[in-house]
Amino acid sequence: MSARRKRRSNSAITAAFSRCAKRKRSAFIPFLVAGDPSLEATPDLLRALVAGGADVIELGVAFSDPIADGPTIQRGSHRALAAGSSLSAVLGIVERHREELGVPIVLFTYYNPVHARGVDAFAAQAADSGVDGVLCVDLPPDEGLRELQPALEQRGVDSIYLIAATSTRERIDRAAAASNGFVYYTARSDVTGEREDLIPTLAREVKRVRRRVRLPVAVGFGISTPRQVEEVAKVAHGVVVGSALVRLVEENAAQPDLAARLERRVGELTEPLRD
Amino acid sequence: MKVRTPLSAAAMEPDEGGRYGVYGGRYAPETLMAPLEELSRAWDRLRRKRTFQRRLNHLLEHYVGRPTPLYFAERLTEHLGGARVYLKREDLLHTGAHKINNALGQVLLAKEMGKTRIIAETGAGQHGVATATAAALLGLDCVVYMGEEDMRRQRLNVYRMQLLGAEVAPVDAGSQTLKDAINEAFRDWVASFADTHYVLGTVTGPEPYPRMVRQFHRVIGAEARRQLRRLAGTPDPDVAVACVGGGSNAMGLFSAFLDRPDVLLVGVEAGGRGPGPGDHAARFSGGTLGVLHGARTLVLQDEEGQVVGTHSVSAGLDYPAVGPEHVFLHEQGQIEFTSATDQEAIEGFHLLSATEGILPALESAHAIAEVTRRAPEMEPDRVILVNLSGRGDKDVESVLEYDGASGAPGGGAE
Repeated sequence: MSARRKRRSNSAITAAFSRCAKRKRSAFIPFLVAGDPSLEATPDLLRALVAGGADVIELGVAFSDPIADGPTIQRGSHRALAAGSSLSAVLGIVERHREELGVPIVLFTYYNPVHARGVDAFAAQAADSGVDGVLCVDLPPDEGLRELQPALEQRGVDSIYLIAATSTRERIDRAAAASNGFVYYTARSDVTGEREDLIPTLAREVKRVRRRVRLPVAVGFGISTPRQVEEVAKVAHGVVVGSALVRLVEENAAQPDLAARLERRVGELTEPLRD
Repeated sequence: MKVRTPLSAAAMEPDEGGRYGVYGGRYAPETLMAPLEELSRAWDRLRRKRTFQRRLNHLLEHYVGRPTPLYFAERLTEHLGGARVYLKREDLLHTGAHKINNALGQVLLAKEMGKTRIIAETGAGQHGVATATAAALLGLDCVVYMGEEDMRRQRLNVYRMQLLGAEVAPVDAGSQTLKDAINEAFRDWVASFADTHYVLGTVTGPEPYPRMVRQFHRVIGAEARRQLRRLAGTPDPDVAVACVGGGSNAMGLFSAFLDRPDVLLVGVEAGGRGPGPGDHAARFSGGTLGVLHGARTLVLQDEEGQVVGTHSVSAGLDYPAVGPEHVFLHEQGQIEFTSATDQEAIEGFHLLSATEGILPALESAHAIAEVTRRAPEMEPDRVILVNLSGRGDKDVESVLEYDGASGAPGGGAE
């Protein structure tokens, strides 16, 4: 336990949240699907996220059956798969660019691609590539603690679990105990996607979770505008924006200045987080 | 005849996490854990409640038409010249297939849970029609997710569901077939479970679906044993055969014989056009261990863990994964799996139609195809029990099309 705690405090993800905490601001965590719109374009888009102010990057591994995702990220996954993306390709991108990017990368994936590779092989390759954390959407701690976490832990890769508005206290505690780095709170009982309004009880819900969780709490699902980022940042240690960026990629995929447009949007979204 | 080592009663039930050995489980996003836990609790409470059982049994008898007959297929037996073939006539149920056993059970459960809205997925439309029927009967709103490709192929069933008051929601994601309809139903449920129950149509999915759906279909095997005793003089056939898509009708039949070591259990998958990738839905020959729709099971997938396309002339078998208990029972040596191609299933369809005056569903025709291979090799005093899981009226157009394309009725079957 003590070894684990020590490693926790050393992880790049933990360090990123600490840095933000020192500046009294929330971390900004953008999400993109790796390989959308193409594998070649992805490194530039990741650089744009960093230049725009990303503190941690959630890199989505496309999957054929993304049951937790709304239409925007479904289409992004579809484009990525059509462009030849895969877990192997994503690990390759991380391996080549993690150091240069300089911010921690969390793989946001469904379990089957990981399972198909074999959890030990995956953990070894993820660690060697420089992946900082792994969030398997459909691997709750009930299954993850037995199946994937030991392999990741051995390699020093953080496991991040989801907490939902409908999670019982027992489940919140389980996810909190199992996670390293941070926990991911889903702001809506819904699939991913942009929404006009935050749910009115969000602040109260996040506080409920924070009372039970020692790790930083990042909040995602349904956050897409600077105003929403500002609202969520008041109560959360981290703010995740996914679908809004995937939509920007979709709408500007053919534009030569796609990366610049992405950087500009991320800059707008992180604006409320600057002093 | 090969003799199995029977499983202990304990080994037939999943553990607390819904695992059959290393298969099954509950691989679901955290957002789905609350409805799944609620469902497990409700099911554990209600399955033992006598009033619930009585209500379900009453409807099964007076509305659905149980028990279904067991029928000795004399002319088919004569034609094949071997073992005696008995058909369990699930095709005679209301709405035309075994699917209603589960759909009605789950909708009744939903009503007991206080839900007012039902959602379901459907491929060929049989489960959708059964669920829409049960929802109409019990006065609940119903939305059925269906791939756009399947909606084109099964226009009549779409209209049937609409006539029953259900909304058919087109799914244009992915391959626009059954697996995508399941994805979409889960997405709906994440946001709607406060008032909505998801009626999953087969023995796949996260805990508690595999064990709950099996329980609703157990009646098939239980009736068949009683009827065989009367009709054939023995409750235990030498061979029991059923087609396997997700595997619900097979599990319903086989569950009665798992403790009978001298009954050979044979599941028949869709061999499609052949063994090439994307050409079939034979998980036991072409699948590898994976995690799809909440369960660890055999999945047709590529090396990167992406689910691959499937094909079968029968939409009900056209699914890339299989119920986890089947994989467990196969590993334990309890069930043998084989497959029948599109062509063999079509031939089975024609054969049963011509010899017995029964149009089988194309799904069930895969089981008939296996019987035509197996019966002639067996002595005339042996007994084969086949689950005729559905009727073929829905497939007449598909068969017509297939025969048209291959140039002859039955593609030269006879």
